[in-house]
Amino acid sequence: MRRMVHAAAAAAVLAMAGMTLPASAQQESPAPAAPKPAAAIPAAQTFRIGLVRQMPPQPPWIAPLTAPPENLGVAGAELGIRDALTSGRFLKLDYTLATEVVPTDGDPLPAAQKLADAGNNYILLDVPADQLLRIADALKGKDVLLVNVGAPDDSLRQADCRANVFHVAPNRAMLTDALAQFLMTKRWRNWFLFVGRTDGDKLYAEAVRNSARKFGAKIVAEKVWDYGPDARATAQSEVPRATQVGEYDILVIADEQGEFGDILPYNTWLARPTAGTQGLMPLAWHPTMENWGASQLQSRFFKQHQRMMLPLDFQMWEGVFSIASAGMKTRSSEVEKIRAQILSPEYDLPVFKGVAASFRPWDHQLRQPILLTHATNTVTLSPQQAYLHQHTPLDTLGFDKPESKCKLN
Amino acid sequence: MTRRILLSAGLASMAGLMVLGESLPARAQSAQTSPRAFISNERDHTLSVVDMDSLKVIETIKTGRRPRGVTASPDGKLIYVAASDDSRVEVYDSKTFKLVKTLRSGPDPELFVLAPSGNPLYIANEDDNMVTVVNVENNELIAEIPVGVEPEGMGVSPDGRYMVNTSETTNMAHVVDTKTNEVIENILVDSRPRIAEFRKDGKQLWVSAEVGGTVSVIDPANWQIVKKISFDIPGVNKDAIQPVGVRITKDGKKAFVALGPANRVAVIDTGTLEVEKYLLVGQRVWQLAFTPDEKLLISTNGNSNDISIIDVESEKVTKSVAVGRAPWGVVVVQ
Repeated sequence: MRRMVHAAAAAAVLAMAGMTLPASAQQESPAPAAPKPAAAIPAAQTFRIGLVRQMPPQPPWIAPLTAPPENLGVAGAELGIRDALTSGRFLKLDYTLATEVVPTDGDPLPAAQKLADAGNNYILLDVPADQLLRIADALKGKDVLLVNVGAPDDSLRQADCRANVFHVAPNRAMLTDALAQFLMTKRWRNWFLFVGRTDGDKLYAEAVRNSARKFGAKIVAEKVWDYGPDARATAQSEVPRATQVGEYDILVIADEQGEFGDILPYNTWLARPTAGTQGLMPLAWHPTMENWGASQLQSRFFKQHQRMMLPLDFQMWEGVFSIASAGMKTRSSEVEKIRAQILSPEYDLPVFKGVAASFRPWDHQLRQPILLTHATNTVTLSPQQAYLHQHTPLDTLGFDKPESKCKLN
Repeated sequence: MTRRILLSAGLASMAGLMVLGESLPARAQSAQTSPRAFISNERDHTLSVVDMDSLKVIETIKTGRRPRGVTASPDGKLIYVAASDDSRVEVYDSKTFKLVKTLRSGPDPELFVLAPSGNPLYIANEDDNMVTVVNVENNELIAEIPVGVEPEGMGVSPDGRYMVNTSETTNMAHVVDTKTNEVIENILVDSRPRIAEFRKDGKQLWVSAEVGGTVSVIDPANWQIVKKISFDIPGVNKDAIQPVGVRITKDGKKAFVALGPANRVAVIDTGTLEVEKYLLVGQRVWQLAFTPDEKLLISTNGNSNDISIIDVESEKVTKSVAVGRAPWGVVVVQ
């Protein structure tokens, strides 16, 4: 796959020679024309982008429909490189991708260091939060900009934020705020929260509680899932009993690994919808997204990889393209120039959701609309219309400036 | 939906015939000469035909899937429609509303522009990072021009010398020399450039950026941006202001810009490049087209399933007419 990306780069360079420079067209004409002044043609620039993905722990069981593809995420970065090359060839900009995949029990720090030593000034990270901090601190002071494309931890945007890290992945607070806005719009205010056994589940549940508080919903019941890692066979008898908690409007699930969330719908005691990590899910992306040019991105992805584009694929596409699109403005691959461009008020990243995304200067989080989707349809995008903001409605999701505990240094 | 429109249009014309029985010949003649607007309905797979004198839907033509871009031959006899999901261009007779022929288009054609002479047709292939150039007489492929990611807007200079394509993800306007069919210039504009439109004297090129919220006015003498026009509507969030369709009057004095979910059309003085007025139209306004006499301007309103009629001289919205689902493109012929 990497070879293909390089082939595309070579093709782009060839195309460039013939297409961007009127001077080269003039070579063929017999009359000698004055060449363009050299200043108008910037020197070719190469953006070296690295990617570290640490494989997540395997869930106890995987439904065939949701089995993660082998190249999850990395495929999105490859499309990002291709789109960057298609665009950059007109400006003599080249983009390369070097990928390091680390096993679940491996150490991603040496992989990141290796990429940095090889001259990759931009490194996309899909690693757990604690590893991300190790890498960020180890590479502090180096000429490297890190892009978090995977870790949703709120702490990385708050007390544990780092000046050399930009976050493309939406954090849990952004996701649960997006869900809360929609549920409040539907007047489904009374929530029953079902929490899984992992640390991630507990953090997701905490984000749900915070969102409920922020938007005025009430958590009327809360339970922890203790029916074992695989309750598929007994769900029909166990889930009705587990969900007898009195009246509520919607069941909110915190189950990031997918151990039980998918077996709750239709097995609940009351006929109630489900949302959260399963059911109606707040996500950065989904294969059913098609408005605002999304269907073109989906079909480009499908053509390249013969499968649907999943949230992590999209986040990696965004990670690559956030560097690439800034580069088209700076026409320089210098980290400091890219960093300044990304943080400038004019910067915008196309995210195919109707409005441009941009980075919050106070914690480097990418602000963007969040999809609310079930397995086969994107129901809506948040922020919901009724939620207003003095600067941008996107800042009603996640940590707005007054709520920020981040001190970048 | 379609059937209901057809039915009500049919009833209306029958009623008209009965009441105005005596003036039938005169009416028939006026029907011959009254301008007709063709509106592509993206989610209905139809073209609505609106009589611009009576402002009634007189026909709903079944097209290929997902019709978007629509334009007319210079003599007004043929209507070209990009059937995006069927990857072809359909050509209709503007009087009989019959399908005359289909043309190759390359994959996923979205928007296109005819050379001022009526041939060739330049087609943006949104999925393929390409502009396809097709001879409309014999359906031959003349060229495939590589451009940026998600090519969309298509404009041609009044003398036919330059064709301009916008690429929505690359955020550039690509200028093509129509003699060589090669890109000679790339102009970086704001996010999601949608439409490229030349002023009739060829001295200005306007490029709208949907997500960037601006319109770049470019000088074709050196392809430099002269000004980026931005919009400020009291009570409307900045994010909702998304410029798409651009039309400039033949005398070159006034430009109209459709502002998407802001539900407004901006009126701009092309001399000062200042916005003079915002006209309230239907929801998520996409594209615009003048009647041939430029007395009226039509906007297609994608989310309210109607078109708004704007009186150009008084700069007032006078009527809205229900058409199909998600009206997208529009062209008017005499």
